[in-house]
Amino acid sequence: MAKLFWEDFAVGQVNEYGRQPVSAEDIKAFAAEFDPQPMHLDEEAARATMVGGLCASGWHTCAIMMRIVADGFVLNSSSMGAPGVEEIRWLAPVRPGDVLRVRVTVVDKKASQSRPLLGFVGLFFEVLNDVGTCVMTSRTNMMFARRTSAHAGASA
Amino acid sequence: MKFFEDLRIGERRELGSHTFTAEGIKAFARRYDPQLFHIDEEAAARSHFGGLCASGWQTGAVCMRLIALGNQRDMAALQASGQDVPNIGPSPGVRDLRWFKPVYAGDTISYALEIKDLRDAGPPGYGLVVSQTTGTNQAGELVYSAQGAVFVERKRNRKAQ
Repeated sequence: MAKLFWEDFAVGQVNEYGRQPVSAEDIKAFAAEFDPQPMHLDEEAARATMVGGLCASGWHTCAIMMRIVADGFVLNSSSMGAPGVEEIRWLAPVRPGDVLRVRVTVVDKKASQSRPLLGFVGLFFEVLNDVGTCVMTSRTNMMFARRTSAHAGASA
Repeated sequence: MKFFEDLRIGERRELGSHTFTAEGIKAFARRYDPQLFHIDEEAAARSHFGGLCASGWQTGAVCMRLIALGNQRDMAALQASGQDVPNIGPSPGVRDLRWFKPVYAGDTISYALEIKDLRDAGPPGYGLVVSQTTGTNQAGELVYSAQGAVFVERKRNRKAQ
C-alpha cells in the first residue's frame, strides 16, 4: 500500500480499523501502572462504584485507540504526531471481553501557513465495541508531511 | 480528593514528578504507539523531533497515575482520622489536551492540578469537578496541559444512606 501523505486525505473519508479484544487482565495491568482506582483494578471493589463493575481506564481506551489507528494507517503515513486533542469523551464503560474497533472520519484539512512541508488533518475518532456502542470519541488535528516534502528530500 | 462540598475553585495541588526513561518510553510505545520517533533512537534523531520522545498518551497516562496516587493518599488520611471517604466516579472526558513540547528521554515532568469549576452535574449524590492539569519539564517549560473532569461524591449522599 502506498504511503499516505497529507495530500491523500480527503474531507468526508470514513474508514474503520481494528478488532482489539480487551481482557480483564489487560484492564488491571494498565490500571496498576497508570490509573490505580478500584473501578479499574478489582471486580469486587468495582461493583461498589458508580460504574458497577470492572471497566478500563479511559486512558487505556485512548492507548488502545492509538494502537488500532497506528496499525490501521498512521504507521503507513507521513505522520508527524499531533499538537493535542480538542476533546475526548468517554461515553460508555469498556468491559472485559469487549472487542474494540475505531471509525475514523476526516473532518477538516488545511495546509500549514508557517511550515510549507506539512499540513493538518482534522480527524474524528469513534471507538466502538462489538455490539456497536460508541464507548469513546475524540477530535484531533494530526500533522502529516506533504508529498512535496518527500520529493524535495529525494532530490536533495 | 475530598467530598464535593469540601472542594474549592482555585485549589491547586502539586501531583509529583516522573522521569521518562528511554526504556519506559519505548516499552509504552511498542505496546500502544509504535511510531518510529517513540521506539527507535536513531530514527527519532532523524525525525522532526530530533530525539526519542514519549507518546503523548504516555504523558497523559502518567498524569492520571499521579492523580490517582494523590487520591489514594487523601483517602488514607481521611480513613486514618476516622472520616468517611468519598467515592470518585468516572470521568466524562477531557478537553483541550495539548502537547506543547516533546517529552524526551531523560526529561523529568512535574505535574500539577488546579480546580477550575465545580458543577451541579452527574448522577444524584455527585458533583462534577473540572480541573486543569499541567506538566512542566526540568527547564520549567510547559509541555502538557489538559482540562479534565470527574464525578465526586457529595457528603449529603453519604448522610442519606
